[in-house]
Amino acid sequence: MNTLLRRSFLPVFNNTFRGSCRSFADAAINEKIDKIVKNNKVVVFMKGVPDAPRCGFSNAVVQIMRMHAVPYVSHDVLSDENLRQGIKDYSNWPTIPQVFINGEFVGGCDIMLQMHQSGELVEELKKVGIKSALLTAEETKKEMEKK
Amino acid sequence: MTSASGVVANSIRNKLQTALETTHLDVINESYMHNVPKGAETHFKVVIVSDKFDGLALIKRHRLVNEILKEELKNGVHALSIVAKTSKQWEESEKTVESSPNCRGGFGK
Repeated sequence: MNTLLRRSFLPVFNNTFRGSCRSFADAAINEKIDKIVKNNKVVVFMKGVPDAPRCGFSNAVVQIMRMHAVPYVSHDVLSDENLRQGIKDYSNWPTIPQVFINGEFVGGCDIMLQMHQSGELVEELKKVGIKSALLTAEETKKEMEKK
Repeated sequence: MTSASGVVANSIRNKLQTALETTHLDVINESYMHNVPKGAETHFKVVIVSDKFDGLALIKRHRLVNEILKEELKNGVHALSIVAKTSKQWEESEKTVESSPNCRGGFGK
Protein backbone atom coordinates (compact mmCIF):
# COMPACT_ATOMS: atom_id res chain seq x y z
CA MET A 1 0.00 0.00 0.00
CA ASN A 2 2.75 2.28 1.01
CA THR A 3 4.68 1.74 -2.22
CA LEU A 4 1.55 2.09 -4.28
CA LEU A 5 0.79 5.39 -2.62
CA ARG A 6 4.29 6.57 -3.11
CA ARG A 7 4.29 5.60 -6.75
CA SER A 8 1.08 7.36 -7.56
CA PHE A 9 1.59 10.35 -5.37
CA LEU A 10 5.25 11.16 -5.67
CA PRO A 11 5.42 11.81 -9.41
CA VAL A 12 2.55 14.26 -9.17
CA PHE A 13 4.12 15.94 -6.19
CA ASN A 14 7.51 16.05 -7.85
CA ASN A 15 6.20 17.50 -11.07
CA THR A 16 4.17 20.21 -9.41
CA PHE A 17 6.96 21.08 -7.05
CA ARG A 18 9.61 21.18 -9.75
CA GLY A 19 7.31 23.06 -12.06
CA SER A 20 6.64 25.85 -9.64
CA CYS A 21 10.29 26.02 -8.64
CA ARG A 22 11.30 26.40 -12.25
CA SER A 23 8.88 29.22 -13.04
CA PHE A 24 9.98 30.95 -9.85
CA ALA A 25 13.60 30.71 -10.97
CA ASP A 26 12.63 31.91 -14.46
CA ALA A 27 10.96 34.99 -13.04
CA ALA A 28 13.98 35.70 -10.86
CA ILE A 29 16.49 35.44 -13.70
CA ASN A 30 14.24 37.49 -15.94
CA GLU A 31 14.15 40.25 -13.38
CA LYS A 32 17.90 40.05 -12.89
CA ILE A 33 18.56 40.39 -16.63
CA ASP A 34 16.08 43.22 -16.90
CA LYS A 35 18.00 45.12 -14.23
CA ILE A 36 21.37 44.43 -15.85
CA VAL A 37 20.36 45.67 -19.30
CA LYS A 38 18.46 48.69 -18.01
CA ASN A 39 21.15 49.87 -15.61
CA ASN A 40 23.96 49.80 -18.15
CA LYS A 41 24.24 51.54 -21.49
CA VAL A 42 25.94 48.65 -23.25
CA VAL A 43 25.80 45.03 -22.11
CA VAL A 44 27.30 41.96 -23.79
CA PHE A 45 26.26 38.45 -22.84
CA MET A 46 29.03 36.20 -24.09
CA LYS A 47 30.93 32.95 -23.70
CA GLY A 48 34.00 33.62 -21.59
CA VAL A 49 35.29 37.05 -20.60
CA PRO A 50 36.55 39.92 -22.81
CA ASP A 51 40.18 39.04 -22.09
CA ALA A 52 39.56 35.37 -22.87
CA PRO A 53 36.49 34.77 -25.01
CA ARG A 54 35.62 31.08 -25.36
CA CYS A 55 33.81 31.32 -28.67
CA GLY A 56 34.78 32.93 -31.95
CA PHE A 57 31.48 34.79 -32.27
CA SER A 58 31.83 36.25 -28.78
CA ASN A 59 35.40 37.20 -29.59
CA ALA A 60 34.29 39.03 -32.73
CA VAL A 61 31.86 41.15 -30.70
CA VAL A 62 34.59 41.93 -28.14
CA GLN A 63 36.90 43.04 -30.95
CA ILE A 64 34.24 45.33 -32.42
CA MET A 65 33.64 46.90 -29.00
CA ARG A 66 37.38 47.37 -28.60
CA MET A 67 37.71 49.08 -31.98
CA HIS A 68 35.03 51.59 -31.04
CA ALA A 69 36.41 51.82 -27.46
CA VAL A 70 32.95 51.20 -26.06
CA PRO A 71 32.67 50.94 -22.29
CA TYR A 72 30.46 47.93 -21.60
CA VAL A 73 29.47 45.40 -19.00
CA SER A 74 29.96 41.75 -19.92
CA HIS A 75 28.42 38.61 -18.51
CA ASP A 76 29.80 35.11 -19.02
CA VAL A 77 26.95 32.68 -19.71
CA LEU A 78 29.26 29.68 -19.39
CA SER A 79 29.68 30.35 -15.69
CA ASP A 80 25.93 30.49 -15.07
CA GLU A 81 23.62 27.92 -16.67
CA ASN A 82 20.54 29.85 -15.48
CA LEU A 83 21.75 32.95 -17.25
CA ARG A 84 22.63 30.97 -20.38
CA GLN A 85 19.04 29.83 -20.79
CA GLY A 86 17.53 32.92 -19.18
CA ILE A 87 19.04 35.38 -21.64
CA LYS A 88 17.76 33.35 -24.60
CA ASP A 89 14.25 33.46 -23.17
CA TYR A 90 14.50 37.13 -22.24
CA SER A 91 15.39 38.34 -25.71
CA ASN A 92 13.71 35.47 -27.59
CA TRP A 93 17.00 34.94 -29.41
CA PRO A 94 18.51 31.45 -29.62
CA THR A 95 22.23 32.14 -29.68
CA ILE A 96 25.08 33.79 -27.76
CA PRO A 97 26.60 36.45 -27.91
CA GLN A 98 23.87 39.02 -27.39
CA VAL A 99 24.33 42.78 -27.29
CA PHE A 100 22.04 45.25 -25.54
CA ILE A 101 22.19 49.01 -25.96
CA ASN A 102 20.11 51.21 -23.68
CA GLY A 103 18.11 48.22 -22.45
CA GLU A 104 17.23 47.13 -25.94
CA PHE A 105 18.38 43.94 -27.61
CA VAL A 106 20.39 44.91 -30.69
CA GLY A 107 21.59 41.60 -32.05
CA GLY A 108 24.23 38.91 -32.09
CA CYS A 109 27.57 38.67 -33.84
CA ASP A 110 26.30 38.90 -37.44
CA ILE A 111 24.23 42.00 -36.77
CA MET A 112 27.00 43.73 -34.81
CA LEU A 113 29.43 43.04 -37.62
CA GLN A 114 27.08 44.48 -40.23
CA MET A 115 26.28 47.50 -38.07
CA HIS A 116 29.99 48.05 -37.65
CA GLN A 117 30.59 47.84 -41.40
CA SER A 118 27.67 50.06 -42.36
CA GLY A 119 28.49 52.76 -39.80
CA GLU A 120 25.18 52.21 -38.05
CA LEU A 121 26.93 51.22 -34.84
CA VAL A 122 28.60 54.63 -34.57
CA GLU A 123 25.16 56.23 -34.85
CA GLU A 124 23.55 53.92 -32.30
CA LEU A 125 26.34 54.62 -29.83
CA LYS A 126 25.98 58.35 -30.42
CA LYS A 127 22.32 58.11 -29.44
CA VAL A 128 23.27 56.88 -25.98
CA GLY A 129 26.07 59.39 -25.57
CA ILE A 130 29.03 57.17 -26.44
CA LYS A 131 31.47 58.53 -28.95
CA SER A 132 33.07 55.79 -31.00
CA ALA A 133 36.87 55.82 -31.11
CA LEU A 134 36.60 55.34 -34.88
CA LEU A 135 34.71 58.62 -35.13
CA THR A 136 37.33 60.41 -33.02
CA ALA A 137 40.08 58.99 -35.21
CA GLU A 138 38.31 60.16 -38.34
CA GLU A 139 37.85 63.68 -36.97
CA THR A 140 41.51 63.92 -36.00
CA LYS A 141 42.49 62.85 -39.48
CA LYS A 142 40.28 65.53 -41.05
CA GLU A 143 41.72 68.15 -38.72
CA MET A 144 45.22 67.17 -39.76
CA GLU A 145 44.29 67.43 -43.42
CA LYS A 146 42.88 70.92 -42.93
CA LYS A 147 46.17 72.07 -41.42
CA MET B 1 31.48 26.85 -51.66
CA THR B 2 29.36 23.74 -51.58
CA SER B 3 26.16 23.34 -49.67
CA ALA B 4 26.16 20.75 -46.93
CA SER B 5 24.21 17.53 -47.00
CA GLY B 6 22.99 15.81 -43.87
CA VAL B 7 19.70 15.28 -42.11
CA VAL B 8 19.75 18.62 -40.32
CA ALA B 9 21.22 20.54 -43.25
CA ASN B 10 18.50 19.18 -45.53
CA SER B 11 15.80 20.05 -43.07
CA ILE B 12 17.17 23.59 -42.73
CA ARG B 13 17.33 23.95 -46.50
CA ASN B 14 13.80 22.67 -47.07
CA LYS B 15 12.24 24.85 -44.41
CA LEU B 16 13.97 28.02 -45.58
CA GLN B 17 13.19 27.31 -49.22
CA THR B 18 9.51 26.76 -48.53
CA ALA B 19 8.96 29.57 -46.06
CA LEU B 20 11.03 32.26 -47.76
CA GLU B 21 10.81 31.26 -51.44
CA THR B 22 14.55 31.80 -51.67
CA THR B 23 16.17 32.78 -54.94
CA HIS B 24 19.57 31.77 -53.59
CA LEU B 25 20.31 29.56 -50.62
CA ASP B 26 23.48 28.16 -49.12
CA VAL B 27 23.45 25.96 -46.07
CA ILE B 28 27.02 25.54 -44.87
CA ASN B 29 27.93 23.13 -42.13
CA GLU B 30 30.71 24.79 -40.14
CA SER B 31 30.71 22.21 -37.36
CA TYR B 32 34.13 20.90 -38.40
CA MET B 33 35.59 24.21 -37.22
CA HIS B 34 34.49 23.45 -33.70
CA ASN B 35 35.15 21.09 -30.87
CA VAL B 36 32.52 18.51 -31.89
CA PRO B 37 32.60 14.93 -33.26
CA LYS B 38 33.28 14.38 -36.95
CA GLY B 39 30.14 14.61 -39.06
CA ALA B 40 28.31 16.65 -36.42
CA GLU B 41 25.59 19.09 -37.45
CA THR B 42 25.81 21.72 -34.75
CA HIS B 43 27.23 24.88 -36.33
CA PHE B 44 25.73 26.30 -39.50
CA LYS B 45 25.94 29.32 -41.68
CA VAL B 46 23.05 30.12 -43.99
CA VAL B 47 23.15 32.53 -46.90
CA ILE B 48 19.59 33.42 -47.78
CA VAL B 49 18.42 35.59 -50.63
CA SER B 50 14.70 36.24 -50.57
CA ASP B 51 12.42 39.10 -51.49
CA LYS B 52 10.42 38.35 -48.37
CA PHE B 53 13.15 40.30 -46.58
CA ASP B 54 12.21 43.43 -48.47
CA GLY B 55 11.41 46.25 -46.07
CA LEU B 56 12.48 44.26 -43.02
CA ALA B 57 15.25 45.55 -40.74
CA LEU B 58 18.17 43.21 -40.24
CA ILE B 59 17.08 42.09 -36.80
CA LYS B 60 13.61 41.26 -38.10
CA ARG B 61 15.10 39.17 -40.90
CA HIS B 62 17.17 37.27 -38.37
CA ARG B 63 14.20 36.80 -36.09
CA LEU B 64 12.20 35.44 -39.02
CA VAL B 65 14.93 32.91 -39.83
CA ASN B 66 15.30 31.92 -36.17
CA GLU B 67 11.56 31.36 -36.00
CA ILE B 68 11.53 29.15 -39.11
CA LEU B 69 14.41 27.09 -37.70
CA LYS B 70 13.06 27.05 -34.16
CA GLU B 71 13.02 23.25 -33.86
CA GLU B 72 16.54 22.82 -35.19
CA LEU B 73 17.84 25.46 -32.81
CA LYS B 74 16.16 23.71 -29.92
CA ASN B 75 17.49 20.30 -30.91
CA GLY B 76 21.20 20.35 -31.41
CA VAL B 77 21.96 23.29 -33.70
CA HIS B 78 23.69 25.69 -31.42
CA ALA B 79 25.36 28.20 -33.71
CA LEU B 80 23.62 29.78 -36.65
CA SER B 81 25.25 32.53 -38.61
CA ILE B 82 22.85 34.30 -40.92
CA VAL B 83 23.36 36.33 -44.07
CA ALA B 84 19.96 37.62 -45.18
CA LYS B 85 19.64 39.72 -48.32
CA THR B 86 16.99 40.70 -50.82
CA SER B 87 17.73 39.77 -54.44
CA LYS B 88 18.54 43.40 -55.18
CA GLN B 89 21.06 43.54 -52.33
CA TRP B 90 22.51 40.21 -53.42
CA GLU B 91 22.99 41.42 -56.99
CA GLU B 92 24.72 44.54 -55.73
CA SER B 93 26.96 42.61 -53.36
CA GLU B 94 30.10 40.70 -54.23
CA LYS B 95 28.21 37.46 -53.70
CA THR B 96 30.90 36.15 -51.44
CA VAL B 97 30.52 35.45 -47.78
CA GLU B 98 33.33 35.57 -45.26
CA SER B 99 33.89 32.46 -43.23
CA SER B 100 32.93 32.49 -39.58
CA PRO B 101 35.42 33.23 -36.82
CA ASN B 102 37.51 30.42 -35.40
CA CYS B 103 36.33 28.50 -32.42
CA ARG B 104 37.91 29.40 -29.11
CA GLY B 105 37.19 26.34 -27.05
CA GLY B 106 33.56 26.55 -26.00
CA PHE B 107 32.47 23.69 -23.82
CA GLY B 108 33.00 20.90 -26.29
CA LYS B 109 29.39 20.82 -27.30
